[in-house]
Amino acid sequence: MNKPVPPDKLITDEDGPLYAPRKKVFPQSVSGRFRSIKWRLMAVCLGVYYLLPFVRWHRGLGAPDQAVLIDFPNRRFYFFFIELWPQEVYYFTGLLVLAAFALFLMNALGGRIWCGYLCPQTVWTDLFYAVERLVEGDRRAQMKADAGPMTVKRAGRRVLKHAIWLTIAWWTGGAWVLYFADAPTLVRDLAAFQAPTIAYLWIAILTASTYLLAGYMREQVCVYMCPWPRIQAALTDEWALNVTYKYDRGEPRCSVKKAFDIRALGEKAGDCIDCNQCVAVCPTGIDIRDGAQLGCIQCGLCIDACDAVMTKVSRKTGLIGYDNDINVQRRIAGKEEIFKPVRARTVVYAGLITVVCAVMLYALMSRTLLDVNVLHDRNPIAVRLSDGAIRNGYTLRFLNKRGFDRVIAIDVDGPADAKLHVIGADSVTPDRPMIVLGRDTTTELRVLVTAPLDEKAEKSVPVTFRVTDIGLGEVASATDHFVLP
Amino acid sequence: MSEHNEIDRVSGRSTTGHEWDGIKELNTPLPRWWVLTFYATIIWAIGYWVVYPAWPLVSGYTTGLFQYSTRASVATDLADLEKLRGEKMAVLGNASLADIEKDPALLALARARGKTVFADNCAPCHGSGGAGAKGYPNLNDDDWLWGGSLDQIMQTIQFGARSGHAKTHEGQMLAFGRDGVLKKDEIVTVANYVRSLSGLSTMPKFDPAAGKKIFTENCTSCHGDSGKGNPELGAPNLTDQIWLYGSDEETLVETITNGRAGVMPAWVSRLDPVTVKALTVYVHSLGGGK
Ligand code: SF4
Ligand code: SF4
Repeated sequence: MNKPVPPDKLITDEDGPLYAPRKKVFPQSVSGRFRSIKWRLMAVCLGVYYLLPFVRWHRGLGAPDQAVLIDFPNRRFYFFFIELWPQEVYYFTGLLVLAAFALFLMNALGGRIWCGYLCPQTVWTDLFYAVERLVEGDRRAQMKADAGPMTVKRAGRRVLKHAIWLTIAWWTGGAWVLYFADAPTLVRDLAAFQAPTIAYLWIAILTASTYLLAGYMREQVCVYMCPWPRIQAALTDEWALNVTYKYDRGEPRCSVKKAFDIRALGEKAGDCIDCNQCVAVCPTGIDIRDGAQLGCIQCGLCIDACDAVMTKVSRKTGLIGYDNDINVQRRIAGKEEIFKPVRARTVVYAGLITVVCAVMLYALMSRTLLDVNVLHDRNPIAVRLSDGAIRNGYTLRFLNKRGFDRVIAIDVDGPADAKLHVIGADSVTPDRPMIVLGRDTTTELRVLVTAPLDEKAEKSVPVTFRVTDIGLGEVASATDHFVLP
Repeated sequence: MSEHNEIDRVSGRSTTGHEWDGIKELNTPLPRWWVLTFYATIIWAIGYWVVYPAWPLVSGYTTGLFQYSTRASVATDLADLEKLRGEKMAVLGNASLADIEKDPALLALARARGKTVFADNCAPCHGSGGAGAKGYPNLNDDDWLWGGSLDQIMQTIQFGARSGHAKTHEGQMLAFGRDGVLKKDEIVTVANYVRSLSGLSTMPKFDPAAGKKIFTENCTSCHGDSGKGNPELGAPNLTDQIWLYGSDEETLVETITNGRAGVMPAWVSRLDPVTVKALTVYVHSLGGGK
């Protein structure tokens, strides 16, 4: 809220902008429990991202051997043993729903742990920070250099840093396009400048965005651009574990020596020695001691920093830790701490996740590998033949999701004495047209059903097309209507 | 702006000196990134003027550094498309009509091509699905005025009927009434006779013998002794259930009185041979082909 400024406090005009300019954050390196968890997670995430396209998966003749492949030209998505067709995109809906519930559950249990450990923005920014420190030194060195003049040595380091950044960014873009084509081939084509333009374009886009987002925007993405902190604020509750400064224990802050004196007098002194280490290591540049706030991505680095300080001054660690406000209040009231991971909220989320998983698994397991769809001719909807019989035309679309050709026979159940004629049938045993379905493709055929009906017949009767794989015995069917003109 | 050194009491910032209804405008500069973006768009626009055609002149326009032209790019795209299609279409061109129908891939290709060409050229008369209309034959049924084999269909598409082309189908339904060959009551009688040929009801007191006599004297030369028609002449089969103009007495009387001579244009000069081939296969596969 804008409080009116008392006249004596009125600043004379500075004509500066009304918003606070960004303060550059120089987070200090830190080591400890959460830092090492973060390193490991980073290795896993980046490893998966960069290497997954090279994992092979044998699928048989003509099918791609890449374990994870988004094949746009052929409209297929391959994920290890799963092969999805365009009409099956609802699996992705399922995945998105699952991802949302997983986020909700995470949030109910541990607040924004996604942000601190797994979010691509965090992972790549972390990596870029590591490079920066390696080249330009830690916090102090960087701040000193930043305040001082530009020297040749410094410029050299700058160039080196940006070169490494750009290399990582470029590699990131490169890995991205590998998901859309056979990776080894594409790598060769890219190197020979023979890959499709669109590949280079995407590499350029991803290079630019990685470089900008992880190198320059950093915490600003989390604070200003990302909607998730706003959403999660609405989803979280008082039981969720968040990185918390235990002010009941930390306040009032004072130096070790002063605390010693105060405690000698029998008065309360807090454990926080006001060393500002928690602030120095924070990648978003906030002070966790101000309480829960939007800027905190819950990375736990301040916990590591403070624990190190506490160990040094021989105090109990955990002044900052994953905790919630309920416990702070309980401690102040002299009650025991309680943690409740099993709550209505988490049970519901976990239940929903199980249900969605089960549904998706069932759908995947029971998905048909032979399918037929039918489309009735609309114009004309029915034709009267010269002998007075009625004929309806349909387009049948067959889906063969298996990796080999197969022979199918088509039968029809419809009006009495209905006859089936398939235009372009490969072979016709009496009344049983057969065709070959190419492997892993759709085939469209025009079929005609003729029935000797007169005016008195019902206007519309169901007609069912049955498709039988002659070899495997798999059956699929589709139903439509047979109508009179 | 500096002469308005008035300071807003609440925010402590200077105003621009503009005031509306007692509300004063703060002098808040735009964020720098915004201003820079704005300048960048200006530079971009200038670059655009130079590089692309932009300025109209008295007769023409500035062509820009790239000589870019949407018209030319459409032409290249079309040429590329033709090249892409060319190979496939060449295969179609080399195959015989019967072979195309036997090969599922070729059949699909021909049908796809035929379908678009049909929609562009034939649909106005025959309907988008070839269902026809009064006077325009339904191409889905099994009744053909000029024959429904692949070759016959192709011939009809190429040269049309009564189109004026040298090789077109000729053949007229004469105007028996208008030309005074038959009298009004004779026309009604023979119309009823024709209806009886395909099992339709006749008027009360209809004399089949009289009808047959008139029919034999005037109609059999084209429609045949039993009225089964003759595709050589485009004479329809009068014994089936399919009627181009309608089978009720009134329509038949009109047909016999004034004759019919619907025109099908010749497409040979407008469509290339491969396209005609594809169209033939498409029409044949609509279901009526023999
Ligand atoms: S690191 Fe710990 S002791 Fe140091 S200022 Fe932060 S909370 Fe206090
Ligand atoms: S306050 Fe602590 S947990 Fe939050 S972002 Fe900063 S370092 Fe990470």
